[in-house]
Amino acid sequence: MDDTRRDEINLTCPVPLPATDRILLAHGGGGKLTNQLIERVFLPAFSNPALDARHDGAVVPFGSARLAFTTDSYVVRPIIFPGGDIGDLAVNGTVNDLAMCGARPLFLSAAFILEEGLLLETLQTVVASMRKAADEAGVQLITGDTKVVDRGAADNMFITTAGVGAVEGGREIGPQRVQPGDAVIVSGDLGSHGIAILSVREGLEFEAPIESDCAPLWEPVEALFRAGIEVHCMRDLTRGGLASALNEIASARGVRITIEEITIPVREVVKAACEILGLDPLYVANEGRFCAFVPARDAERAVDVLRALPVSHRAARIGHVVEADSPLVVMESRIGGTRVVDMLSGEQLPRIC
Amino acid sequence: MKFVDEYRDRETVDRIAGEIRRVVTQPWTIMEICGGQTHTILKSGLQDLLPPEITLVHGPGCPVCVTPVELIDKAVAIAARPGTILCSFGDMLRVPGSSRSLFDAKADGGDVRIVYSPVDAVKLARANPDKQVVFFAVGFETTAPANAMSVWQAAHQKLENYSILVAHVLVPPAIEAILSARNCRVQAFLAPGHVCTVAGFEQYEPLARKYNVPIVVTGFEPVDLLEGVWMAVAQLEAGRAEVENQYSRAVARQGNRPAQALVAELFEVSNRQWRGIGEIPASGLRLREPYRRFDAEERFALTAPGAAESPDCISGLVLQGLKKPYECAAFGTKCTPERPLGAPMVSSEGACAAYYLYGRHEKGRD
Amino acid sequence: MCLAVPGKIVEVIEDPEPAFRRGKVDFSGVRKDVSLAFTPEAKVGDYVLVHVGFALNVVDEEEAQKIFEHLDQIAAFEEMETDPSVPGETGEPIDVSPPDRERTEEEVP
Repeated sequence: MDDTRRDEINLTCPVPLPATDRILLAHGGGGKLTNQLIERVFLPAFSNPALDARHDGAVVPFGSARLAFTTDSYVVRPIIFPGGDIGDLAVNGTVNDLAMCGARPLFLSAAFILEEGLLLETLQTVVASMRKAADEAGVQLITGDTKVVDRGAADNMFITTAGVGAVEGGREIGPQRVQPGDAVIVSGDLGSHGIAILSVREGLEFEAPIESDCAPLWEPVEALFRAGIEVHCMRDLTRGGLASALNEIASARGVRITIEEITIPVREVVKAACEILGLDPLYVANEGRFCAFVPARDAERAVDVLRALPVSHRAARIGHVVEADSPLVVMESRIGGTRVVDMLSGEQLPRIC
Repeated sequence: MKFVDEYRDRETVDRIAGEIRRVVTQPWTIMEICGGQTHTILKSGLQDLLPPEITLVHGPGCPVCVTPVELIDKAVAIAARPGTILCSFGDMLRVPGSSRSLFDAKADGGDVRIVYSPVDAVKLARANPDKQVVFFAVGFETTAPANAMSVWQAAHQKLENYSILVAHVLVPPAIEAILSARNCRVQAFLAPGHVCTVAGFEQYEPLARKYNVPIVVTGFEPVDLLEGVWMAVAQLEAGRAEVENQYSRAVARQGNRPAQALVAELFEVSNRQWRGIGEIPASGLRLREPYRRFDAEERFALTAPGAAESPDCISGLVLQGLKKPYECAAFGTKCTPERPLGAPMVSSEGACAAYYLYGRHEKGRD
Repeated sequence: MCLAVPGKIVEVIEDPEPAFRRGKVDFSGVRKDVSLAFTPEAKVGDYVLVHVGFALNVVDEEEAQKIFEHLDQIAAFEEMETDPSVPGETGEPIDVSPPDRERTEEEVP
């Protein structure tokens, strides 16, 4: 026996990371840690049927009507980015949460936390964007608030919104209505918003700048309703991207969702930016895209309806829903292999490996 | 993207898979070394396309996974110092040291920043003359030239507030350590393509001869990996044991000479601890004179407390390809990406995390 | 630690000090400033592999085609083999080994 061969290699392994006692940035990532925070801190404190539905907006009866109510905070950095700013992000984000409940968006509130030293001109730019976005979305900003904090205590500006809308026609839209056999549709190409933001932070330049896809989504949603499509569930694809939205729905309903990589629309330049930064487009944030679950028989018509509108002209059918013992999202890769599309723990970090 | 898309073409992939099936007659175990290769294999479900005779095992190809605990503890200690900026590649942030990761250090108020390139850290040093800027220099041979250049530029610009915490590891000694272990069951290697772009592949030739194993320098796209497997299997079936270069569009036998020259000017070979494996002699790099003043360990005279072991983490066995992640009792239960017991579960390139994210369904584990 | 992406050099910014030679590289519409310190031979129009902001080599376009050419050859031989209009025996086995790549010389025992 060759005496230079060493014995079985020794194992060493570190002590496990203790349960975190502080909030980490990852808790805001829209992935598992965010959901854990919701499950362990917020839901137990406030539990009620509307909240427990865990949807982006809550739908509650109000007299003879049904109201949708939602709230959101906007802390994006930088506050002005290619294709938008924190203002139209705030308006469209709130409008879209309402649209995802199947509600016609009606009224918004906006509370501003401004950092001492913020340029007045910047605030005016943001406010003008909000007005423009509100007009485009057909909503009114009817109440607001302003606070100022010390320099350093808010990243230029934070905006918190609330939105109210009306659910018409007795619609029930939510994960509970998803059925095995349903088709999964995405309303357009992925990743533009996240890459637009990152490109500023990472100093990426473009031949033609990548702009955020920030846009209101009530128009395509209403078009689906008017076409008589039986929409079961919708979710807009924000932090955590398509992967997180699909995982949330799969978990809420207890089904397996299968998608096909080759059908998922991503622009070449966004793909390239993701390659360079080591990011997966499935997890990159969007602000003007949603996924919809419809019966298979309605899928082709739904895609046609969406493609007729500019905001959803790249809509595509990307997968389907299957019964399952435990919730899972699975993707057939471009080359025919299969992989699990999991929820990220926290932020997706640019990798160099 | 040119030189990317055509290497992800389904028809080409199917054809190569067909050729592999044609040539294989018996079971073979092949190890791929690079985390990037593991990532592609699992992300594209490549194993599904291989005939059942071929077993792919994942080696210690993730420098993030093999960075010793002591160095992470030192990085965390540096991040906690006032007036100091700790810069790192994103992959490193979540890896636990003895008790804390760099993410924790950031949450505690440390100035920890993700950079895309070590040169960005040098720019930070120039922009913040009143602060110490430390770059966590982790990586294989691929990244050493960039890290060397950052120190060279700092020296050239007389930036005395820049330093690097060196955690470089070298691949050939790790391959030899795996091959020389009694329980080694690897029959062929896919050598990491970009490491060889820099370092060439002359160093693998004595290994192929001594241990009688085929070593195929392989790229990172599905077509590359399948072609690499094809070449390895063809050698195994024919009883050959040579070094071959699948990734010839990016790798020359002598590697990149200007890059090697700069690395040799700034660094020298040293012994190195590999997390999960132990010490491998002459498997790391450290700064040499007259650049030792840029070494963060020396500059900050750091001592780190000893690291404790967890009995549940079998990362050592996983890193050597002796066990698959799902064969670990803690996989997916006690050990998950949110609550990792070992580095391979934390790093997005680590075999355990990759399996958790992409491959759980294979063995019916949900 | 191996994520390197191929892109096309669209501009070179020379410098008397080779270590500071830089280029603008295009990746399907994304432009990045890249150091050419390790690829002194790289010029506009070349494709380079970029890793953490540095070009590590110039992509050899001829080598890049090899696998596709080889697979096409195999397919062509197979067609000839199975095409009944081609006269000749079917006994010759087709060479189905992988493409001929640079390899080390085998030691003569």
